[in-house]
Amino acid sequence: MVRKKRVVLTFPHSLVDKPITYHLVKDYGLVFNILKARVTPREEGRLVLEIEGERKNLNKGIKFLKDLGIRIEPLAQDIRWIEARCTHCGACIAICPTQAFTVDPKTRKVSFDKKKCIVCELCIKACPYRAMEIKF
Amino acid sequence: MAKTIKKINEKIKRGKAVVVTAEEIIDLVKKRGMKRCAREVDVVTTATFGPMCSSGVFINFGHTKPKIKVGGGKVYLNDVPAYGGLAAVDLYLGASALPDDDPRNRVYPGEFRYGGGHVIEELVAGKDIRLKASGYGTDCYPKKELETKINIRDLDKAILYNPRNVYQNYNVAVNLSDRVIYTYMGVLQPRLGNANYCSAGQLSPLFNDPYYETIGIGTRIFLGGGIGYVAFSGTQHNPRVKRTSKGIPRSPAGTLALIGNLKKMSPKWLRGTSFTGYGATLTVGIGIPIPILNERILRFTAVEDSQIYAPVIDYSKAYPLGKETIIKEVSYAQLRSGSIRIRGKEVPTSSLSSYAKAREIANILKDWIRRKKFLLTEPVAPLP
Ligand code: SF4
Ligand code: SF4
Repeated sequence: MVRKKRVVLTFPHSLVDKPITYHLVKDYGLVFNILKARVTPREEGRLVLEIEGERKNLNKGIKFLKDLGIRIEPLAQDIRWIEARCTHCGACIAICPTQAFTVDPKTRKVSFDKKKCIVCELCIKACPYRAMEIKF
Repeated sequence: MAKTIKKINEKIKRGKAVVVTAEEIIDLVKKRGMKRCAREVDVVTTATFGPMCSSGVFINFGHTKPKIKVGGGKVYLNDVPAYGGLAAVDLYLGASALPDDDPRNRVYPGEFRYGGGHVIEELVAGKDIRLKASGYGTDCYPKKELETKINIRDLDKAILYNPRNVYQNYNVAVNLSDRVIYTYMGVLQPRLGNANYCSAGQLSPLFNDPYYETIGIGTRIFLGGGIGYVAFSGTQHNPRVKRTSKGIPRSPAGTLALIGNLKKMSPKWLRGTSFTGYGATLTVGIGIPIPILNERILRFTAVEDSQIYAPVIDYSKAYPLGKETIIKEVSYAQLRSGSIRIRGKEVPTSSLSSYAKAREIANILKDWIRRKKFLLTEPVAPLP
């Protein structure tokens, strides 16, 4: 069974120049999309990946990464919607590339689907009420 | 028998007034017809909740011992500069004011996380606010420096006074250029990436009384969660614009200056707001009742989103240069559908004002009137 996962990899500086993704492809036959990458000199690297592959291989690949000392978190943890601050204006809706926000046609209230979020951070700039937060 | 505001107020006091929101009236008129509704309905409540930069508060922080005269000196609230050129201890804090050391757009686009609007939200929320003032010293006001904390509880007077609110209609902002732009209409993605609008449409006060026949100077309103009044026509009030056959302005038109006791307001309806790359402001919740005196007034309140049009304007060039050519006119029904078609492209739409919150305010005002907590007023003078 083929599965898809969106994960955030945080790896120490010592691993930044290692061919990690190469192993994912070659050894486990995983296909991946880099949604976002950020490597700051002398700090950690951060990679947001969408990985696709056989369930078995996916789990093996993730174990391989963990064994290297890479921290893996599901992607959605990173962007936080603070509902109490949200005014349900909808300024985030058109800006989000993955349609993570939807308006209920009846209540006109906005809801946020973390699973669709790819942490592009566009909504953080677009939300005038500071209801979207990023957590590193 | 003609209805009058006096008679409607008597009905309110007896708990007999029929009150509906500007949204509910639409279906009611379809069901029961204009004539019957004009007879039966007494009040229609309208509302809006959106960023309104031309807002601010007057504060009198009370005399110190020894006394200081801030007029001619300087005054700051939580490091945000306020205007002190008024007597000794009066000040005015504007929603868009920023701390002197805010980087603004030097690091582009600026975040503007804290400005006058945020100070107002915190003040209303009952938080202590740091006040720093300096004066030049006089024989009767010898003190030159003051650093203290103020709290809304202890203030003698705190008055919200907004020179321009409740814009009757507004532009739909798009970006025709090749780079992202940051505006007071939000973040606009290049090449018609998105379209932002800002009005409660069919719920918005001045769409429901397009010729200001019931809303005038002195009208009592819901303001920031408390009671306020229409003080005057707002700055940039311009009733002489093109209108539809039903009298609805097709571009920004009327505005209102509003005033009210800040001490009775709530941070829920006065929200500090930050526009990336543009600045800080205040989002204000406003509700205005419309007395249904006759069928003509009722007809206006039954207006719906599909009958209200807004101009689409390019904010990358046309707007900043002051040459606002209208790309297209679109209805609020189209805007609320989630996308509009511009130059052959399907462009996703977003609102900056909150329709859900506007609806909440219209319902609160309805509830106040039903529970005899809010009476209607005759305007003291009409708006121009
Ligand atoms: S971070 Fe990007 S993808 Fe996630 S919700 Fe915000 S705009 Fe959408
Ligand atoms: S832009 Fe912010 S306040 Fe508006 S709906 Fe989105 S998250 Fe809520």
